[in-house]
Amino acid sequence: MENDTLTIGGLEFTSRLFTGTGKFADDRRIADMLAASGSQLITVALRRIDLGGKSHNILDFIPKSVTLLPNTSGARTAAEAVRIARIAREAGCGPFIKIEVITDTKYLMPDNYETLAATETLAREGFVVLPYVLPDLPLAKRLEDAGAAAVMPLGAPIGSNRGLETAPLIALLIENCRVPVVVDAGIGRPSHAAAAMEMGADAVLVNTAIATAEYPVAMGRAFSLAVEAGRMAYLAKMAEESRTAQASSPLTGFLDPIEDIV
Amino acid sequence: MSFIDVVEQYEDFDVDGFLGQVTDRDVERALAKEKMEPMDFLALLSPTAAGHLEPMAQKARRLTVQYFGRTIQLFIPLYISNYCSNQCLYCGFNRTHAIERKTLTLEEIECEAQAIASTGMQHLLLLTGESLQATPMDYLEAAVRLLKRYFASVSIEIFPLDKADYRRLKTAGADGLTLYQETYDRSVYRQVHLAGRKADYRNRLDAPERGARAGFRAVNIGPLVGLGEKRHDVFMCGLHARYLDDRFLETEIGLSLPRINPAEGGYQPAHPADDRAFVQFLLALRLFMPRSALTVSTRERAGFRDRLIHLGVTRLSAGSCTGVGGYARPAERKTAQFEISDQRSVAQVAQAIAAQGYQPVYKDWDLIA
Repeated sequence: MENDTLTIGGLEFTSRLFTGTGKFADDRRIADMLAASGSQLITVALRRIDLGGKSHNILDFIPKSVTLLPNTSGARTAAEAVRIARIAREAGCGPFIKIEVITDTKYLMPDNYETLAATETLAREGFVVLPYVLPDLPLAKRLEDAGAAAVMPLGAPIGSNRGLETAPLIALLIENCRVPVVVDAGIGRPSHAAAAMEMGADAVLVNTAIATAEYPVAMGRAFSLAVEAGRMAYLAKMAEESRTAQASSPLTGFLDPIEDIV
Repeated sequence: MSFIDVVEQYEDFDVDGFLGQVTDRDVERALAKEKMEPMDFLALLSPTAAGHLEPMAQKARRLTVQYFGRTIQLFIPLYISNYCSNQCLYCGFNRTHAIERKTLTLEEIECEAQAIASTGMQHLLLLTGESLQATPMDYLEAAVRLLKRYFASVSIEIFPLDKADYRRLKTAGADGLTLYQETYDRSVYRQVHLAGRKADYRNRLDAPERGARAGFRAVNIGPLVGLGEKRHDVFMCGLHARYLDDRFLETEIGLSLPRINPAEGGYQPAHPADDRAFVQFLLALRLFMPRSALTVSTRERAGFRDRLIHLGVTRLSAGSCTGVGGYARPAERKTAQFEISDQRSVAQVAQAIAAQGYQPVYKDWDLIA
């Protein structure tokens, strides 16, 4: 458990809490949140970055030691996502890219088909691709084959804080994927994050729940502790669940020594 | 199907009778719902609901922070022409008014763009009077292309177009459409629009839907509060938003409640809304449409706008000039469409937003062609 690191795109992460930059009341709080949460990877929407440099640049508030995960938020097709990814790389945001292709503004569901197409193209171009998807096992396997560096299934709709509504489907991904599974979207409480980690998720990405908390820095710390606890519980191999009570001191336990003698 | 069917359906409905019978329990029941139905929304617009403003505000703030965070998107209007072929009683651009008329050349638009861009603004709303002669499609298309060189996002607030022309402007780079119905009451609409193409109620009513079909990413609608009976108009506007939101999953539906300000012609609104009523309407819209952008323009006073930030608003205009060519040449401000109430600069508005504990967002969107 001591050397429990997560490797994605050749980088090792000791923290399994990934964070986001959206919805903060003040971008200057992002650095404080990162410090408190220990998060080593943060996603940022390219559409929010002022490449012309006329207004303040959100990237100025992210320490160099933290890996940048630009996302393609705003893209509605694979082609748009690919273009955004290329611009992000040219703008110096590094090789990591979170594919986010969303066509509906009501539920903000990722379009799995366009996401797969974008992943195929960008993985070929050498990007470290992390696709945000609906948890669908056949799709996840195809993303793996396409060269995705991880898969990021949603727990519930973005920003909904509803937790792990898709847990049974995420469990299939965890059980069957060779690449890391990062639960993204919907996590509203530290207990949700802990539950995802207990299930065996490799990491979680949390934004709204931290950024819109009354005290985002404290909430970042709370999530950090929850992720750590959930991961440790997973590694410690939790006891099985049962529908009926299992006595800690079994009533027939006294028979065992006798059997030994016989 | 068109929204006209919904308008007609409610023309036979006794809105005032319903409003008069709303109880405190009805309001509380509506407030407890996650997804409100039209009658819940109407209950929140009732005089009875005026006694529940605080719980409405608390829930509106909670939902807004959840969906939008503590951020306020900034935008700035740019008027490129005040020629108009219409005769609208409440508008400074009314063709019978003896104001100085002007349409900017592309060179002048570029000067305006440079002056605005120097403030850091990245979201621009392009406006004209309603005159196809003064601002033909080729001109509008060229203007959008030019402005896209300076701004991340260009939206339009111009006369209603057909789907093909909307698509032309979208292809040129425009990504948002704003179009106010002014009033949903057909009889009042006839009374205040005396002449010109704008007198065609149905053409205007269906235009946001045409815009959504043409592929605009954002469509912003609203009534001009004060023209028709205000609760009726806000109710129909909410239904219009829900109608569009249910049909166009790819389009962000936004709302705004512009109130009538003094303008050339001295029109006095028949149904003015005071601040308390305005806040109630804004809150009801937020609760009915939790994910929709809510815009408040510089028609409202500075201090009042600052307070509205906590009540569900997500977009503010700033540093606005409603005169044609007024950014590069402040002397041109005499051609204004209406008087603005918040005279602060972009930087001052941004500062005020930050002082309220929110982040002013200059760039929230970029159309990457």
